[in-house]
Amino acid sequence: MAEIVLKNVRKDFGDFTAVQASSFKVEDGEFFMLLGPSGCGKTTTLRMIAGLELPTSGEIYIGGEEVGQKPASQRDIAFVFQMFALYPHMNVRKNISYPLVSQGMPKAQVNEKVAEAARILGIEKLLDRPVGGLSGGDRQRVALGRAIVRDPKCFLMDEPLGALDAEFREHMAEELRALHDRMGATTIYVTHDQLEAMQMGDKIVVMNHGVVEQFGTPQDIYDKPATMFVADFIGSPSMNFLKFHGKLDAAATSVELHHQKLPVPALREPFEGDMVYGVRPEHITLSDKAKYRGEIVATEYLGTTQIVTLQTHNGDVKARVASDQKAQVGETIGLAFNGKTVTLFDNQTGRALRSVLNEGVLSHG
Amino acid sequence: MSGYSVTEPSSTQKWVAGVLVIGYALITLMPLLWILATGFKSSADSIAYPPKVTFQPTLEGYVNLFTTQTRQTPEYLDAHPPQTWYEEIVHDKGMVIAGPSRFGERFMNSVIIGFGSTFLSVFLGTLAAYAFSRYRIPLKDDLLFFILSTRMMPPIAVAIPIFLMFRNLGLSDTHTGMILLYTAVNLSLSVWLLKGFIDEIPREYEEAALIDGYTRFQAFTKVVLPQAATGIAATAIFCLIFAWNEYAFAVLLTSGTAQTAPPFIPTIIGNGGQDWPAVAAGATLFLLPVMVFTILLRKHLLRGITFGAVRK
Repeated sequence: MAEIVLKNVRKDFGDFTAVQASSFKVEDGEFFMLLGPSGCGKTTTLRMIAGLELPTSGEIYIGGEEVGQKPASQRDIAFVFQMFALYPHMNVRKNISYPLVSQGMPKAQVNEKVAEAARILGIEKLLDRPVGGLSGGDRQRVALGRAIVRDPKCFLMDEPLGALDAEFREHMAEELRALHDRMGATTIYVTHDQLEAMQMGDKIVVMNHGVVEQFGTPQDIYDKPATMFVADFIGSPSMNFLKFHGKLDAAATSVELHHQKLPVPALREPFEGDMVYGVRPEHITLSDKAKYRGEIVATEYLGTTQIVTLQTHNGDVKARVASDQKAQVGETIGLAFNGKTVTLFDNQTGRALRSVLNEGVLSHG
Repeated sequence: MSGYSVTEPSSTQKWVAGVLVIGYALITLMPLLWILATGFKSSADSIAYPPKVTFQPTLEGYVNLFTTQTRQTPEYLDAHPPQTWYEEIVHDKGMVIAGPSRFGERFMNSVIIGFGSTFLSVFLGTLAAYAFSRYRIPLKDDLLFFILSTRMMPPIAVAIPIFLMFRNLGLSDTHTGMILLYTAVNLSLSVWLLKGFIDEIPREYEEAALIDGYTRFQAFTKVVLPQAATGIAATAIFCLIFAWNEYAFAVLLTSGTAQTAPPFIPTIIGNGGQDWPAVAAGATLFLLPVMVFTILLRKHLLRGITFGAVRK
């Protein structure tokens, strides 16, 4: 197993830049998520690590060795494709043994390794079946078998659960994570599903338009977003953005929205201009005592909680509150914000302003 | 109202369709059956009017096809009794076998040229189609159009330039020349057909093979080729049918050593009267290889004709 480092990796397809100067580091044994909307460059990044695309510039290190311009066959990595890409003209056993055969491994040893991989994945009974008739989950297991059978330096997975039914995804996600914990293999996993990324990843890279927006643990990414894009992309419903204009000192602890003072974590930089007050729905409480007011326009019942949509002077706000709290559409109510969790953004650039909350994350993000 | 299915045809519809298909099949098969039957008729039966549907079968036509014969005096015939069944057939007509005819050679020429050019068309076509399908090639669309454009006129339109070219290059009446010519004609069809098939094979399979430690060429031979087998088989049938049946260039460019069966068979007509059973025998034998080849690959052929009609 190995650590993977990307330094200023860039990929152009003709005039189109798919990935712009991306840098991040995947520690040995980490389960690492590449997250972003479709077309953000995450798959291209993964394919460059695999050697299926060669970077236009920049360096890629796998286990300390620079492999940027090496072909895939010389990188000793395993790749799980979204459509699994099991060789249709071979049975399960041949599919799993195929990477070992290319290494010229003796037959007895190949059989032993295939049997072991099949045992880990619980597919011993499928070994002599053609791959055509397998269910989605079994195909997925065979694809994983082909990946783990050769002890590669790392696993690269391109939306491996994307082709599965919703109910089965959950199960496979757990199985994948358990497999990773057992083998301790460095894994890079591409997904556009933020829940999947939060649920499975040790670390997440969020990409957008070919740019790395943020890189960190799921908690940091969720609680301390570095940009408005990240804040919006992660979380459901996403972070509320209240737009306002103002001038703040370097150590300000509150901001003024529509003549009301709202708390923020102590700032670490001064700012003047259009700003956004970013607060997650679960950090808003509804109470008559609060002075910042909004009118309830909709409620969504979700079992233990409900999502209340309110109209305020600074835009629509969604609050996640206990479902037993009364919320009548048309009613005007006060909104209290948990100031410690708030992130302020520069509305022009979308960048988060540095504060006590996020300074550790942003300085090396 | 009774329940009925929108997509499933009713039993009446199936019955009508069945009658139509069988009727059509009989109409198209009739000439073939007639050729087959004529091959086993005697000369007299073959030109009898009204035509004979039942007759005494004889192998006379086939014997005439494969041999050359001369008339002999009754004394000579009595002194040399027939040794084999085919000598006997000839003997009864007052003739003896002078030697083998050229049909065997011409037939072998057809086999060599037909299968040789088919192999070459499919081999080169597969490589070209793979490259067009997978690589970023400058002016790819123009090149593909250029390849297709060679099909836009009947090949015979360039017969005279090719005749002159072959004469200067010493390719006239050679196997090599004919194989090259048929390959050139078939290649555009082969590249286009195969590109369609290879386009349908997801790239992930090759990428998986690259990741599994194989070179690009190994990925091509071990993963792409087995999956393109259907397309290759269908393309091979189309190429063979063209090369096998081609008549115009064969008449123009071959006369001796490399003459194929299509221009040879009509010459049988001229050899001592109109020997229709021998012509029919030649036509029957000529039909066989393509028929066998097509039957062997018929599953692929069907998929080949309809490919791309329904997206999976």
